[in-house]
Amino acid sequence: MPILVDLFLTFARIGVCTFGGGYAMLPILQRELVENKKWATETELADYYAVGQCTPGIIAVNTATFVGRSQAGVAGGVMATLGLVFPSLAIIMVIAAFLQNFMHLEFVAHAFNGVRAGVVALIASSVIKLFKNAVIDWPTRIIYALVLVMAAAGAFCTMPGGTLGAALGFILSPVFLVIAAGVAGLCVRAAKGGLK
Amino acid sequence: MPFTVDFMLLIRLFLEFCRVGLFSVGGGLATIPFLTDLGERTGWFAPGDLANMIAISESTPGPMGVNMATYVGFHTAGVPGGVIATLGLVFPSIVIILIIAEFLQKFRQSKAVDAVFYGLRAASVALITAALLQVAKIALMFHKVYIDTAPGEGVISYELFYWPAIILAVVIFVLVRYSPLKKLHPICFIGLAALVGVIFQM
Repeated sequence: MPILVDLFLTFARIGVCTFGGGYAMLPILQRELVENKKWATETELADYYAVGQCTPGIIAVNTATFVGRSQAGVAGGVMATLGLVFPSLAIIMVIAAFLQNFMHLEFVAHAFNGVRAGVVALIASSVIKLFKNAVIDWPTRIIYALVLVMAAAGAFCTMPGGTLGAALGFILSPVFLVIAAGVAGLCVRAAKGGLK
Repeated sequence: MPFTVDFMLLIRLFLEFCRVGLFSVGGGLATIPFLTDLGERTGWFAPGDLANMIAISESTPGPMGVNMATYVGFHTAGVPGGVIATLGLVFPSIVIILIIAEFLQKFRQSKAVDAVFYGLRAASVALITAALLQVAKIALMFHKVYIDTAPGEGVISYELFYWPAIILAVVIFVLVRYSPLKKLHPICFIGLAALVGVIFQM
């Protein structure tokens, strides 16, 4: 089988087997990439994963691009990534089309009222885990508190109109807050002399 | 579905999802704050739609962030929208990773990169917490109720706290965090919540 086709199919299979993404897919990646295909060693996979976590974008996508590139260059990176997202595209669009036709049914509406409450609980549980890993000392606690207050203000308060509103909207947007926090992290470590 | 292909809309979808892919760091949850922001700015979907999309993205195969992009794109502009939004989401990743792969070791050991992400991870969790508050407001508060004033007539009113949903959320939270069932896949808890919703006509 040509390597590009193999990359596409292998990552499509990984996409089908993954629920939720992130850490949930590490065991599947190990089985498919390290044991079956021998495209990466355990250490390489751990490296890809670590970098995938601290680069923009979805971890699973980043790992796919890494492995694809290592096997077949830029085209390999692209094919592996397309393979990974292909099952999502197909499955989600079928479900979404189906739901659009059934959303008006009363019992479906009741089910989703329950599901939304469940989603709140699941996200809350994930946030606690993420919090423990990311908010580890006073500087990160302060960054967390400031960003939370600003993001909540952006989400829940009505912005004034005009230039002031536009400026506030920009400062309270997730993009600005993420960049500002990255700069803050760099400044805190630099002040502590941790960059040498 | 009477979707006509609107190229300007597709280009906007692609660019908006490039933005989501470029600034959300970490797992699928990190995309949620950017998607609530996107919904507010564009009006492409309501906060309630987003809560449903989160549930479906968690209960179907595939990385959650990718599923969310496909769903939002499809909701906004049909099949082409789903494809374009997903490609937009992964485009920055592909470019960035292909560049970083050239000097992986240097990147891994860079103290500056580590310092940036030290600050950035805390902000990412804070943004997800804020998104959680928004989803909680939709799911647990301001529930629409119909009050019958006369046969065949009624008025719509809102309950500030929707207690059945609040109780359900607390019960599931306790199950997920503290019970022996916490190893179960999230899809089990979403299924349970749907079942409770149907049985108690929430």
